[in-house]
Parts: sequence; structure tokens; C-alpha cells
Amino acid sequence: MVMQEERTMEPQTTPGPATRGIVVQKLNAWYGPLQALRDVSLTILPNRVTSVIGPSGCGKSTFIRCLNRMHEVVPGARVQGKVLLDGEDIYAPGVDPVRVRRRVGMVFQRPNPFPTMSVFDNVAAGLRLNGLRRPGQMSDAVERALQQAALWDEVKDKLKQSGSALSGGQQQRLCIARALAVQPEVLLMDEPCSALDPVATSRIEDLVRALKERYTIVIVTHNMQQAARVSDMTAFLLMGDDRAGELIEYGQTRQMFTNPRDERTEAYITGRFG
Amino acid sequence: MTTDMQVYLRRRTTSYLMVGLCGLATLVAVSILLLVVGYTLVKGIAFLNLDFVTQTAQPLGEPGGGIRHEIIGTLVLVALASVLGIPVGLLAGAYLSEFGGGRTGLVVRLVADVLTGVPSVVVGIFVYVLVVQPMGTFSALSGGVALAIIMLPVVARTTEEMMRLVPATYREAALALGIPRWRMIVSVVMPGAMVGIVTGSMLGIARIAGETAPLIFTALGNRFGFAGLGQPIAAMPLQIWRYAVSAYDTWHQQAWAASFLLVMLVLVISITVRWLTSRRYH
Amino acid sequence: MARAPHPQEVHAPVWWWRARFRRPASPGDWVFQTIALLAALSLVGLLVAMTLYLLNAAWPAVTRFGLGFLTSSTWDPVQEVFGALPAVYGTLLTSAIAMLVAIPVSLGVAIFLAELAPPWLRAPASFLVEMLAAIPSVVLGLWGLFVMVPVIRDPVERWLGSSLGFLPLFQGPPFGVGFLAGGLILAIMALPIITAVARDTLAAVPSSQREAMLALGATRWEAISRAVLPYARSGIVAAGILGLGRALGETMAVTMVIGNGYQVTARLFAPGNTMASKIATEFNEASGDLYIGSLVELALVLFAITLMVNVVGRLLVRWTVAKARVGGQ
Ligand SMILES: Nc1ncnc2c1ncn2[C@@H]1O[C@H](COP(=O)(O)OP(=O)(O)OP(=O)(O)O)[C@@H](O)[C@H]1O
Ligand SMILES: [Mg+2]
Repeated sequence: MVMQEERTMEPQTTPGPATRGIVVQKLNAWYGPLQALRDVSLTILPNRVTSVIGPSGCGKSTFIRCLNRMHEVVPGARVQGKVLLDGEDIYAPGVDPVRVRRRVGMVFQRPNPFPTMSVFDNVAAGLRLNGLRRPGQMSDAVERALQQAALWDEVKDKLKQSGSALSGGQQQRLCIARALAVQPEVLLMDEPCSALDPVATSRIEDLVRALKERYTIVIVTHNMQQAARVSDMTAFLLMGDDRAGELIEYGQTRQMFTNPRDERTEAYITGRFG
Repeated sequence: MTTDMQVYLRRRTTSYLMVGLCGLATLVAVSILLLVVGYTLVKGIAFLNLDFVTQTAQPLGEPGGGIRHEIIGTLVLVALASVLGIPVGLLAGAYLSEFGGGRTGLVVRLVADVLTGVPSVVVGIFVYVLVVQPMGTFSALSGGVALAIIMLPVVARTTEEMMRLVPATYREAALALGIPRWRMIVSVVMPGAMVGIVTGSMLGIARIAGETAPLIFTALGNRFGFAGLGQPIAAMPLQIWRYAVSAYDTWHQQAWAASFLLVMLVLVISITVRWLTSRRYH
Repeated sequence: MARAPHPQEVHAPVWWWRARFRRPASPGDWVFQTIALLAALSLVGLLVAMTLYLLNAAWPAVTRFGLGFLTSSTWDPVQEVFGALPAVYGTLLTSAIAMLVAIPVSLGVAIFLAELAPPWLRAPASFLVEMLAAIPSVVLGLWGLFVMVPVIRDPVERWLGSSLGFLPLFQGPPFGVGFLAGGLILAIMALPIITAVARDTLAAVPSSQREAMLALGATRWEAISRAVLPYARSGIVAAGILGLGRALGETMAVTMVIGNGYQVTARLFAPGNTMASKIATEFNEASGDLYIGSLVELALVLFAITLMVNVVGRLLVRWTVAKARVGGQ
């Protein structure tokens, strides 16, 4: 909330169509000496679902963690390049990662609810950080987030239970609700369905389609069908010779799955990949 | 909007403040160490020379004097404790590591951990009742027994941990050759864990070298030099204590100087242990 | 504290070892295992023997004074009347002071070492803090007596007396030596163990917990205080308990700075005694079954208290490690 109001009052630094959404320019990322990403440049459109695909270890997680400055949390990790969030470089000196993460929420590969907190407190955790105190407002916000995450009906009677007492799929949706509660502008999802059964997976896919009305969504997935089902845009990453991930192709999902420009994309999508 | 900004600024300040406090706490902890070691050096400097190590105590008023008896006494006590404590500790550690998967192992492990926490003064009283009373005299032997009891659980637990680190492939390879299990343990696991076992013993020694309380009721102290295991014996920590609570400045200085030597001994052992353990299984 | 799993748990089914081991082929195996078992059982035997021998030697005092031993404040070797209350009180009071000071500081150090310090600083700083535990008690006592106590007398006690003197805690003449000095020296001695255990539990918290909070827009401190610390709380409690175990039984350093009084008083500047220091100062001068028995009974009480504290602490550590191993991601 804070940031949205503030942003509209600031002069826009980069005019043009690229102002909203995320513009990634020549992004490089390292873990210590190991380069995990090389020269990735692309533009993520607002209110669209962008999927990131590629073989294991090609740097998909690393890429989306660079979009909310979570990469630097890993000891020894380093980033170079620009990531413009609505025109502002989130890696510019003086930018506090705390404020970036407030605007760009994240759902992790494995569900990670806070086990010492109740379901309610899990969802409220982000709101409490920002100093929201009034109980009425709080329970409204929690309910709204749980509704959005399609979890409300299942947990409305066990809001006081521990967050880790839910099933795996429920936990993942709890994590989604937790991220949605603070009303970010962008939602990053790192293989949110990798630990889930088909039913839970399809619920989360429905959710993603519903959420794009209000959020810009970037979703990492190993599942081609899933990428085809939920996303508008697709980015395909592949390891280079030195195992650093590179962007091979980026474009409309439909076009990429029917008529890829790069033969490596085609090989990967059709499952003929080495 | 201003209040949101205020909330953010307050959160950021709190974060910096708490991070700073944690750093400060660390600085305080480390400075205490440096202060203690520094003081022993500065205050004991007058006595930190070769004479102090080689000479025996002088009567009050006469210059010089050293702690030769005390050094020898401490060496004898530590050696005695090692001879009594290390073999048993090693075997107990071997048991815990190699056969300790069941309930007995669980109990022994807990008992060892708990024994590590028994106050050394209680061990001293126990050995007084167990050895000194029946023998009718304070003695080097009882001091050694007390120190051995204190180091035993330390050696046992470290040995266990270190032997467990020996990769299972070693064990399996040895067993596949058809040699009996005990040979496998003695000739494969133990040598493989040698560094660790030495480490455990050294940790035990570091732990007992500076012990004072249990020696008061067992070794007692002796100003006339080593007179056999059945007689009272001098020890550096005991002498530091007696000098420290005395009323004389030169004795205080000698307490500082002896403390410096003792601290150096313990620090050197600890640093060696650190160096040895940092190189295991890389 | 996280340990490698036991070899038998992971590398081979137990029945396989057993089958192999039970084969009568090698009598050496039987001999070796029996000897090792005896060595291991000697630890248990030691604990049992300690209890029995101390109980036996304390018996004259136990039968003579009964439970009154713990509630009486008289300690009169001439009349042969002994009560332990002031010593028990001294032990509890100094340990309480020590925990009050040591737990926050140790927690700060542990957080710094596990969460905040730059990687190059972690190992050397951890090592230095651990070295604090290697300083012999008697050396710390010497330092406490000649360096710390003068500072406590003036300015610490003088200042506390003049600004907070309306509290009974800070009344009375500033001796320097006394409960406060004893508590502070114990804080120094408990700090390394609390720090080490707390640091290990913090380091065992899965990074996904930290990251979950950070990704919500938490500051560094918020991620620690709201995600990491709650997750590690049982380990932190265990760290405090083990530190308490250390403080309760420490002898020499306290003996040298506590001032050898014998009273139950709220005044922290007053000289006192702990169970351990009372034993250390008087045991060698004691004569007669009753006097010696009373001091041994003090040792027995101390033994029982530290035993309970340590068992609870150790079980808690084990439980925490097991939980971290199951729940860790
Ligand atoms: N914490 C880390 N420390 C060091 N190297 C890392 C770390 N995390 C990832 N890497 C390395 O960076 C590269 C990219 O990893 P990343 O996790 O981004 O891959 P990914 O595409 O998400 O794979 P997956 O599909 O298996 O999740 C890999 O080579 C990996 O080994
Ligand atoms: Mg990944």
C-alpha cells in the first residue's frame, strides 16, 4: 500500500511502455565463484502470467530470486545487472531490499509455513510487520487472502491450529495466502506445485489464472503442460558451456509451444532433450 | 502515508539497533577473554622468566622463587588422570559408536552427558570419601582419580563422535574382507578416527589442567616437592588460589605469572585441537 | 549440536550387524564388545557410586538435621549445628544474577555468530568465545578478585546504591565482593556454553524459515526475532538450562569473589556463600562426622540439583536436534 501511493507521486524515470512491469537488463548472478546466470535480458509484462521453464539446475530459481533481491540472502551470492521494477532499478544503491520484497512477494518451491504460528498468524505475519494492529482490519485482511488462495473454506474452522498441521497442498496455499495478504504488485512462484497431487495442482493453476487480474505473476515450472495452461509468456533458460544459465528464447506461450524459433526450445518442449 | 513511512523507519532503526547490540555482545565476550589473558601477562610479567619455572618457592621477603614443584605436580596429576581416564574413555566411546544403537547406548550417552555437568567440587568430595578417607591421607593418587573422573565422559563422548565420522564404506570394505568386527574396529575405525581420538583426549586434558576445587580435598598441595603417589602433591591451580587469597603483593604477582602459564597451556591445547579437527575428512 | 546419524541407523540394517556379530566364529568379537561394554557401564557405575558414597558420608547430618538442614540458617561448627539455607540461597541468587546477565548477552552473541557475522569472521569469533570456556576457573577468580571486584565496588555499586538505593537489592555498603560479584563472574563462565548451544540450534534452523519472513518484506532483525528465534526456542531454552547447570556448580571463581558471608538477604552487595564455595572454603578444616557430613550433604544437594538441571537440559537438546532433523528442509 505504501509503495503504490508513493510511486504514483514520483516522477517516472523511464518513460514508455516498459514503465510498468519488470525490465531485466543483462542480469548476471553468481554463487561464490559459480556463475548461475549470464546476461539475461527480458521484459515481464504487468497483469500477465510469465512462466520460466528449463532443465533442472539451469538457474530458474536463481532468476526469480533476483527479482525480489532474495538471491543476495545466500552467503557469498552476488548479482550484476539491472532489474527495473516499474521503472526503478531495484539494485540501485540506496534501495532497501526490505521495500522491494514488500512489493514483490514470493512463494517457495517447498511449502514453508511458520510452524510455531497458527494458520491465522501465518497469514497475518506480513501485515504485522507493517504495523497493522486493529483486530477487525486484520481478520478481514486474513480472510480476504485466504479466500484469494482458495483455502478459506478448508481452514476457516481451524484458524488457531498450527500452520504445519495442514496437508502439503494446503500448506502451499497457506504460503500463497501469506504472500497475497500484504498485497504485493508482483508474485513470484517457484514451482508451487512440485510437491502437490493433481487435484491440488489444478486448484493452484485456477488460482494463478484468477490472480493475474490483480497481480503480475512469474511462475517457475517443470511441467510443460502447466506452462502452456496458465501462462501468457514463457521464458526458456538453458545452461551454457560453463553451466551458467542463459535465456534461449522468450515470447508468447502459444507461439513458443506451437512454433518455437530455437531448435533447442523445440527439443526441450517436445521432450527430446539430452 | 506519513505514518507508514514512520513505521518503516522505526522498523529499520530497530533492526540496525538490534544487529548492533548483537555485535556489541560479541565484542564484549571476546574482550573479556582478551582482558583476562592480557592481565595475567601484564601483572605477572615480573615473574615471567626461566627462574620462575625452574626454581622452587622462596620464603617471604626473599627475592625470586618459582613454581617448579607445582609444575611437576600438575604434570604428574594430569599424566595420572590420563592413564586412568583415557583408556576407559576410549573404550566407552568405542562402545557408544559401534554398539551403542540400542537402549544401553542411549542410557550411557545420557549418563556421560550428565556426568560432564556434575560440579567438579562434588567429584572432589566423592573421591575424598572414596579414596582419601580409606587411605587415611591426601595423595597424588586421589587427585589423579578425581581428575580422571572429570575427564572420562569428555573423552568418551568425543571419541564416540569422532569414530562415527569414519565413513561406513571403510567398515564395510573391512568386513567384506572377512576380518572379525573387533579387528575392524581396532585396525580400521580407530586409526581412521585417530585425529579425533587424540582431540578428545586433549580436550579432556585441557578440561582438567586448570581444575582446582577437586584437588583441594584430594591432592591437597605440597610445598616440598613430589614425594610419591601416596603423598600429597602440589599443583599449579591450587597454588594460584593460595597465592591469590594471600595478603602479599609478590605472591599475587606469582599467582598472575602462574595463571599466564596455565592459560597458555590450555590455550595451546585448545588451538591444537581446533587445528586438528578443522582438517578431518576433507 | 546436530550429529551425524548413528552408523547403524543409516548404513546397514541392524539385523545385518547382529547376524554377523552373533556368529560364534570370532571369540575376539565377544571379548572386545564385553570390555567396551564394561567401560561404558563404568560411567553408569560412577554415577551410582557417587550417589551412594555421598549419601553414606552425609548420613550423620541427614539423620541429625533431617529436612531442617535445608531451612535453617545457622552454621555453627562449635555447637555442631548446621543449616544450609544461606548456601542454597547464595547458589540460587548468584545463578539467577548470572542467568539474567548471561542469557541476553549469549543470545546476542549466538545470533551474531549464526546469523549476522560475515563468513570470514564467523569461525575466528566463535573460537574466541569458546576459548572463554577454556580459562581455568581459578584464573578467572584471580582476575575477578583483582580487576573486576574493584570496578564493581566503585563505580558500579556506588552508582547503583545512589540511583536505585530505594530498592532493598541495592542497599548497604558497597563491599565489591559479594553476591553481585559472584553472579557476574558466573555469568562470564556460563556465557560460552549458552552461546555454543544456542548458536548450534540457530544454525540448524532451515533457511527456508528465514527466507519466508524476509520475502514478506521483513528486516533482518524481524526475520530473526519472528521466524528464526521462535523456531529455535526449545534449543535456546536448553542452552539456558545447560548454562544454569554450569553456574550452579562453579566453585573456585565464585569462592574468590563472593566474600565468604553466610546470610539470607536481598542485598546484592552483601558478602555470601554458595554451596560450592562453602564446601571449598571449609572442607579441609572440618572435623567430626557431623561437620564433614554436613558439608557432604551440601555436596549431595548440589549434586542432585545439577543432575536434574542437566538431565532436563540434555534431553531437551536431544529432542530439539531430533525435531530439527525431521522437520528440517
Ligand atoms: N545456495 C547455492 N549455493 C551454491 N550454488 C547454488 C545454490 N543454489 C543453486 N546453486 C547452483 O546454481 C545453479 C542454478 O540453480 P537453481 O536453483 O537456480 O536451478 P533451478 O533451475 O531452479 O533448478 P531446479 O529445477 O532443480 O529447481 C545450479 O548449478 C546450482 O547448483
Ligand atoms: Mg529451483
